[in-house]
Amino acid sequence: MQRLRITYSKGNELMFTGNLDMQKVWERTFRRADLELAYSQGFHPQPRMHQACPLPLGFTSENELVDFWLNSDESITEVLRKLKSALQPGITILDLRPVSMERKALQTLVTAAKYRVFFDEEVDLDGIEALLTNLKNKKNCIRTRRGKEYDLLPLIQDIVFVNEKPAYLDVTLSAVAGATGRPEEVLDELGFDFTETSIIRTGLILSE
Amino acid sequence: MNKKNHSFSKLKKILPLVQKPGRYVGGELNQVRKDWNSAETHVALVFPDIYDIGLPNLGIMILYEQINNRQDALCERAYMPWLDMEIAMRNNDISLYSLESFVPLSEFDIVGFTIPYETLYTNVLNALDLARIPIHSDQRNENHPIVIAGGHAVFNPEPVAPFIDAFVIGEGEEVIHEVIDCVRESKSNNATRAEKIHSLAQIPGVYIPSLYQPEYNDDSTFKALYQAENDAPEMILKRICSKLPPPPTRFLVPSIDVVHNRVALEVMRGCTRGCRFCHAGIVTRPVRERAAADILNSLEIALKNTGYEEIALLSLSSSDYTQIQELVETIVERFSERNLTISLPSLRIESFSVDLMQKLKGVRQGGFTLAPEAASDRMRHIINKPIQVDQLLNTAREIYSRGWQSLKLYFMIGQPGETIEDVQAIADLCKLVIAEGRKVIGKRANLHAGISTFVPKPHTPFQWATLDPLPVVLEKQNLLKDQLRGPGMKMTWSNPRETILEAALSRGDRNLARVIETAWRNGAKFDAWQDQFNYNVWMDAFDACEIDPEFYTSRLRKIDEAFPWDHIHTGVEKRYLRNEFLKSKDEKLTSDCRESCHACGILTEFRGLRRKEPADIWLCPERA
Repeated sequence: MQRLRITYSKGNELMFTGNLDMQKVWERTFRRADLELAYSQGFHPQPRMHQACPLPLGFTSENELVDFWLNSDESITEVLRKLKSALQPGITILDLRPVSMERKALQTLVTAAKYRVFFDEEVDLDGIEALLTNLKNKKNCIRTRRGKEYDLLPLIQDIVFVNEKPAYLDVTLSAVAGATGRPEEVLDELGFDFTETSIIRTGLILSE
Repeated sequence: MNKKNHSFSKLKKILPLVQKPGRYVGGELNQVRKDWNSAETHVALVFPDIYDIGLPNLGIMILYEQINNRQDALCERAYMPWLDMEIAMRNNDISLYSLESFVPLSEFDIVGFTIPYETLYTNVLNALDLARIPIHSDQRNENHPIVIAGGHAVFNPEPVAPFIDAFVIGEGEEVIHEVIDCVRESKSNNATRAEKIHSLAQIPGVYIPSLYQPEYNDDSTFKALYQAENDAPEMILKRICSKLPPPPTRFLVPSIDVVHNRVALEVMRGCTRGCRFCHAGIVTRPVRERAAADILNSLEIALKNTGYEEIALLSLSSSDYTQIQELVETIVERFSERNLTISLPSLRIESFSVDLMQKLKGVRQGGFTLAPEAASDRMRHIINKPIQVDQLLNTAREIYSRGWQSLKLYFMIGQPGETIEDVQAIADLCKLVIAEGRKVIGKRANLHAGISTFVPKPHTPFQWATLDPLPVVLEKQNLLKDQLRGPGMKMTWSNPRETILEAALSRGDRNLARVIETAWRNGAKFDAWQDQFNYNVWMDAFDACEIDPEFYTSRLRKIDEAFPWDHIHTGVEKRYLRNEFLKSKDEKLTSDCRESCHACGILTEFRGLRRKEPADIWLCPERA
């Protein structure tokens, strides 16, 4: 048995495919690739696969991670060749590498996620710098999500506006259990409508 | 990319605001996306319910592959948006579009609906309206697509006749190519819309309702259909393939969860059992099987193409497939290592079925389903589905003892001649079955009784029968609800008001089109959804049109009555159906027609086709 980690991008075709459905997408990809995933024991055996961190619906990503366990000892090159022949529209494999079997579960390693927010052409961005400064200078920023109050400010690890064409906002948000920041909430706090943006996850930060 | 599509960015603004936006973006594995300008004929296929239900539809899958295999045509798909998306589309000026190219349906040459059941009619109107295509055939102009419809419900096309330009009756694999050829040719000859539609009438199996005019008797019963044009055929004989064509193997694999996530493969078409209530059993005759070797080969390819984790072997009666044992054994041998689920519906009530299912399931989960339909010997003779009580109890015992804890039994109330004693027999039989289960596995035994209500269907021996009036249905359901309860027992039943609508539409005539349109204008849609069906809107629509639904549901039809669907010919003679109806009144059985031919008409009507194939392709014996 071997454990491998895929880094992949998720495009428009899959931007509305959630985490559970991505599990199926990968399962079927492995079946088509004729690669035998290891299964859990028990009454309902499940393929052994870990996704790093759910990507919110409507986002695309340039850096998604998934770990999987294969029953065979095929070489990385062979596994990559088979996977590439079986991919579906919306997925590009960027990297494939072995991971030690002893490493902790992928989802426990993620500490933060980086997002790039592109604004639609019609959005008025005058004054965004001031809004950002204002936000950063706040003592706290209490918001309510699903009926619970939380402070958005400590979840924002970094936020930068880049005034190019097109203009974008780079934001790094905490992503650990119980303290996950969402870019839409940041946009809302700044007074922007997230439906007038395109959001790409550009990276995940792991603790090891 | 072409000039006519909706921009994805416009859609992207509304998609985050609706439930399950993955329904509206396509992009599935095995989706076929061609350059718009590379094809001469553009076809949009529509399943008039939401994506989750429509995507797995095998009819669409078959035609999608058939059409896209042609160089000169492209085929794209559309499904109904759910309520929230419909509002968002209307508010944002987005018309119904195809999932491949995001092109509005109004830009296609042909828009084809599959209509497997009647409660989709209002959705068809809504789809046309959302596509900004006039709902009435006679209001469409040169720029509008030709609207065609097929599927099991259109064996009685009359209730939706004013909305459809051309109906395609029967199996679509061959006729779809003739339709496309005809439209392509008309287009290149710059034919007018009327000429285009008219030329379709020359294709066997195609029915152009605008070329006919119905006439009625003074009592509103149907008199006859007159040909408004001389060259319109008097009868439209359904299309069949003499031999089943290779099954589709490039199934669309959705990136979101839908109702069936699987490779579906028809092992055979048609049924020889002759249950008198069964519409599918008549309209899909004759029985034609696929060879086990071909099925295995197609499964292998389809699994490779899809990566699906489930296979469904489809037919109206799996146990009757002649190579069933060999097929199941080979499937187990070849596929058992792959963690696949394999389903085999419609099994006969006998222990052999339990053997088959046990072979298919490494890890037993879920339930076992059987359909006795009736519980008294009398009713079984009336409906022509003879099953011995002993045999059912033995099978149930086998099921419970071999690891299944739950069994589902389907029954149908309201069949012709049914008395309250016959309904009581259903309750008694269920109690006997669960008692068997308890003997074997004690309190873990579960029984689920699915109680549907009989709807008389056109083209069946029971097309003369009446629908039980509402109070009678309620009385029968209440009796069962009272008795089929307690530990381990569960009962589900159909909403009797939905049954009334289905029954009225099933045997409707062209006058019902006004009712359907009125109901739709007043908000009826998704009538097949229990939580969306609105009985009052429908009854108000009947009232507004001064039409009594009981005229269609529970009026006693004369044995020599002309029916609005008589011009649609399934190959089975009305004379044969009438004889079967009369036999049911005498409680006489008709044997399985593999044993001896009962001269239903299929062999006579399709003798030319049959001659093209070796005799054993059809499971019809030579006539005695």
